[in-house]
Amino acid sequence: MRNIWTIAKREYDHYFISPIAYVVAFTILLVLGIIFALVIWSYSGQTFFGGGAPDISPIVGSFAFLMVLSTPALTMRLLADENRMGTMELLLTAPVRESELVIGKWLGGMLFILTVIAITLVYPIILNNLVEPGIDQGTLLTSYLALILVAAAFLSVGVGVSALFSNQVAAFFVTMIALVTLYWLMGFPADYVQSGAEFFRHMNLQTHFYNLTSGQINLTDLVYFFSLIAIGLFTGSMAVETRRWR
Amino acid sequence: MIRVEELTKDYGSRRALHGLTFEARQGEVVGFLGPNGAGKTTTMRILTSYMPPTSGEAIVAGYNVVSESLEVRKRVGYLPETVPLYTDMVVFDYLKFMADLRHLPNADERVGETLEMVGLLDRANGYIGALSKGMRQRIGLAQALLHRPEVLILDEPTIGLDPGQVVEIRHLIREIGKERTVLLSTHILSEAQQICDRVLIINKGRIVVEDTPENLQSRLVGAERVILRVGGDSDGLAPRIEKVKGVQQVKSNPDGSLEFQFLPAQDVRQQVAKTVIEAGYDLIEMRAVGLSLEEIFLELTKEEEPDKKKKARS
Repeated sequence: MRNIWTIAKREYDHYFISPIAYVVAFTILLVLGIIFALVIWSYSGQTFFGGGAPDISPIVGSFAFLMVLSTPALTMRLLADENRMGTMELLLTAPVRESELVIGKWLGGMLFILTVIAITLVYPIILNNLVEPGIDQGTLLTSYLALILVAAAFLSVGVGVSALFSNQVAAFFVTMIALVTLYWLMGFPADYVQSGAEFFRHMNLQTHFYNLTSGQINLTDLVYFFSLIAIGLFTGSMAVETRRWR
Repeated sequence: MIRVEELTKDYGSRRALHGLTFEARQGEVVGFLGPNGAGKTTTMRILTSYMPPTSGEAIVAGYNVVSESLEVRKRVGYLPETVPLYTDMVVFDYLKFMADLRHLPNADERVGETLEMVGLLDRANGYIGALSKGMRQRIGLAQALLHRPEVLILDEPTIGLDPGQVVEIRHLIREIGKERTVLLSTHILSEAQQICDRVLIINKGRIVVEDTPENLQSRLVGAERVILRVGGDSDGLAPRIEKVKGVQQVKSNPDGSLEFQFLPAQDVRQQVAKTVIEAGYDLIEMRAVGLSLEEIFLELTKEEEPDKKKKARS
């Protein structure tokens, strides 16, 4: 446990000296800020999003979309760079288990994205003050739970992929492809296949994400996210472990 | 304590180690010598549990490097060949990170002490990326020493250091070697001569020779060599020395000195000195020259040469 924390802390600190992390955070917050401004503007004019009381779902939905594009940039470095710089030799000859290393890296990324998520809480707070009698707290809660789970799953996939490479760019694109597949492509066959549409819908991350943001917490959705996290971290540990045997 | 038995390692179809067997006791500095690609780094990586051997067994600090790797890693300090450093970290933070991974109590103090040992305390707050190669090398060494390991494994520890630092670091390694086990690789033979209690010469994945540096010299040198210098012209001296009983192979060096050999069993130096004086020459210098480790090393790895030629031709 202690090693996980040591590694996570170093990674978290490292994000704050890395330009990529600032670019990622800046982009996410800028785009969400614009969307939020549109939400408020449309609310005041009652025109843009078809009127009605504004809620945070455009923010949450866009955030998930932005994470598909940005988490690969946050995870690409994590293990690939250790492989490239030779510092993997240092970590693997220190009394640290492979799983501790991989989970620590993941947790470091997680802490960073949680920081960004925490900043976006200003939007619901502002909204809550604008809307009478305030926004639905339950949906807000499950929406943020959904965001955290999506981030955790994406980062875990990214860490797993990063462990397989010693080249950051390769890790970036493979992670991106994996996330795009999970988030969109998985759902496409559902509309075309004769049988098994249900399967594809279940495999699609969006299904589970929107189940949560709509305010319901189902065990299947939670199991889906936790399985993804476990698979990503397990892949990462195995990849680090097999590096020894080459 | 390091005990290695019949260690082999294959990289794909290439065999890098052919059944290595050796021991290093506590309080001993063992030097690992060999040309590039001899298997030094491979052996060290196995001993530090970085990678497993293909077959054979290695016990480090009382634990098996494969089945008890975590215990081994707790007790070993390792300086890899390419010093792995996070160049975007501050020196102190980097060492603190490593100290935390090793669960050291009062890590801050320990980092400070260790930095002092390697003479880099004044650089504690600088970025690693801004340090020179020699300083990075010393940071790597500090990292290996942080937890005062029972076994210290150093892959070319003095490479890239300036002469002054080399002396300091060698002294430091000697000090550490008094109580602990140190295994270091080098291809600077004089270094092995200076700091190692025992030398293993390894070539093509096999140990060619294992002995103390002194024994190695006397073992390989069939005869003692002596250089002799006289004041003024040494013309006509060589034949006179040749006549002394026991003297072999007298030759004149380009710098005007004479060189001869004799068997260790019969020391002829007194006779030679007497002969020189009686012949009216001024004896200025007479000194024994051992075969250097360089020469021994070349001698030992020479037999492989015909192999190479054959391969090159085919």
